[in-house]
Amino acid sequence: MKPVFTYTRGMVRTDTSYCPGCTHGIAHRLITETLDEMGLLGGTIGVAPIGCAVQAHKFMNVDMCESAHGRAPAVASGIRRVHPDKIVFTYQGDGDLASIGTAEIIHAAARGEKFTTFFINNCIYGMTGGQMAPTTLLGQRSTTSQGGRTKEQAGSPVRVSELLSSLDGAAYIERVSLASPGHIRNAKKAVRRAFEIQRQGLGFTFVEFLSTCPTNWGLTPPDAMKWLIDNMIPYYPLGVYREPEVKTS
Amino acid sequence: MSGQRAGEKVLLKGNEAFAEAAIRGGLRFYFGYPITPQSEIPEYMSRELPRRGGVFLQAESELGAINMAYGAGAAGGAVFISSSSPGIALMQEGMSFLCSAEVPLVALNVSRGGPGIGGIQPGQADYFQATRGGGNGDYRIPVFAPASIQEAIDLIYEAAGLAETWRNPVMIFADGIMGQMMEPVVLPEQRPFIESVEIRRRKPWAISGYGDDDSRRNIVKSLRMQPDELEAHVEYLFEKYARAEKELTRVETRDIDDADIVLVAYGTVARIAREAADILAGRGIKAGLIRPVSLWPFPYAAFDGIGPRTKVVISAELSMGQMLDDVKIGVGKRLPARLIHRTGGMIPTSLEIADSAEKIYREAVQ
Repeated sequence: MKPVFTYTRGMVRTDTSYCPGCTHGIAHRLITETLDEMGLLGGTIGVAPIGCAVQAHKFMNVDMCESAHGRAPAVASGIRRVHPDKIVFTYQGDGDLASIGTAEIIHAAARGEKFTTFFINNCIYGMTGGQMAPTTLLGQRSTTSQGGRTKEQAGSPVRVSELLSSLDGAAYIERVSLASPGHIRNAKKAVRRAFEIQRQGLGFTFVEFLSTCPTNWGLTPPDAMKWLIDNMIPYYPLGVYREPEVKTS
Repeated sequence: MSGQRAGEKVLLKGNEAFAEAAIRGGLRFYFGYPITPQSEIPEYMSRELPRRGGVFLQAESELGAINMAYGAGAAGGAVFISSSSPGIALMQEGMSFLCSAEVPLVALNVSRGGPGIGGIQPGQADYFQATRGGGNGDYRIPVFAPASIQEAIDLIYEAAGLAETWRNPVMIFADGIMGQMMEPVVLPEQRPFIESVEIRRRKPWAISGYGDDDSRRNIVKSLRMQPDELEAHVEYLFEKYARAEKELTRVETRDIDDADIVLVAYGTVARIAREAADILAGRGIKAGLIRPVSLWPFPYAAFDGIGPRTKVVISAELSMGQMLDDVKIGVGKRLPARLIHRTGGMIPTSLEIADSAEKIYREAVQ
């Protein structure tokens, strides 16, 4: 009988620290399962952020380090210099990457750093308890925008994939969603494409996962998925924002 | 300077000598950001490292630089960084992480006047930052303060080994004068760089990819959510620092057992203080000198060597009495501890120090 579900060697068999219904677990699995399928687990070095995923190294079965808030791209740039033949990735949330770490991510992309950044965008600070992030949507309530985010007070949400796609050092940028089985299948393809392009040494690779935070959004997991589709995708359109030019002979 | 043979005497500018010493010490990776008065170092590294098998990378900021250093060090690379006072201040976040995660690094501060953006002339007002830790949490960093370019070369070269042995950052604290002046020096031999493929064997703790055996998976981290676990980790670090206090304390003393006064000074100021002592001798005042070479661990025990004749101990520094705190700990209640200082980039002459010291001595014997 063909098994319908198997563990991947890419995930450590332990309970995660994530809330029920949170999409971190899906993103973790897509990344590590892809590395497993590509035979790269033992040749990969990951960088965990500050935020809910600070302990990603407990769950992802690759060599990993933690990094200070927002600094993962600088840390990965250092790792990459020492191990030019390994796969290197950072895993960062939107508070980490789109706020305190903007300098590091922009310059890593501009330098064309040959690593992959996985960006978890759930429109909120998760671990600190639901504060407004640069990605929080207009009108969205958070603990620091209790009447809903207003443009006058906090400006407009930052679209990171679009921002980074203006940089020539970025070889591949795609925004995907984790809100439905179809989205997840597409997301996995993006993960694989990013690792393949990294392996070819073509430049910086970036996958943005539109993700949910049921706890801090105050929604059930199914409602959170629906909220993502109804509210996030219209503002953060899915798709490929940058990819290597296909050589035609 | 790469062509200079080891052992040959050459005339070198401080900043270039520091950079060359780091390369020869085997520090293969350099991450830097321009700041006066040390910009010759990233310039030198950008030219020399790539053609000698090393790596130079200009960071987007000092925050970027220290975190690149953390990543490269965690991955098993031997790393050197340099900056000057405000830039070193930005790096403090990373220093705290490196200490907790036990990542080796050699860091150089070519220090200038502060606070704030301050000025670009030499200063020693980063003494607290260097010895008390500018970052968060309980940690220590060995700090060495050379008083000549040759001593700086020797200390940087040695620090490359110490950082690995102690799995901790080691800081070289050189005031801006040291960076900009030229002196004849002898360069050490080139230590071979560690190649990436050797890292798993040479540094089994580093994140370098575990290959086929995931039981050898490595994690470099500083997060410990359980208070008892964090306390145990900090206690472990401080057992290491206690050993470092015993093994890494360095000091030079001159004539302190039979002196009227004892001057305490480090770096360039120690050289000026030496001349001041000679001037004072001509005035019938015997001045001894304690020159801390390690600022942490501070050579407190050296003060036990001060003889019964001494009336006062004087800290001479380019700051408003920062080392004075350590001098007071060293002297205890035995003797008064006083301060001679300039700050903001001003440098005292030997005559100025001698005059101030004589005044302090006359007051003490009244």
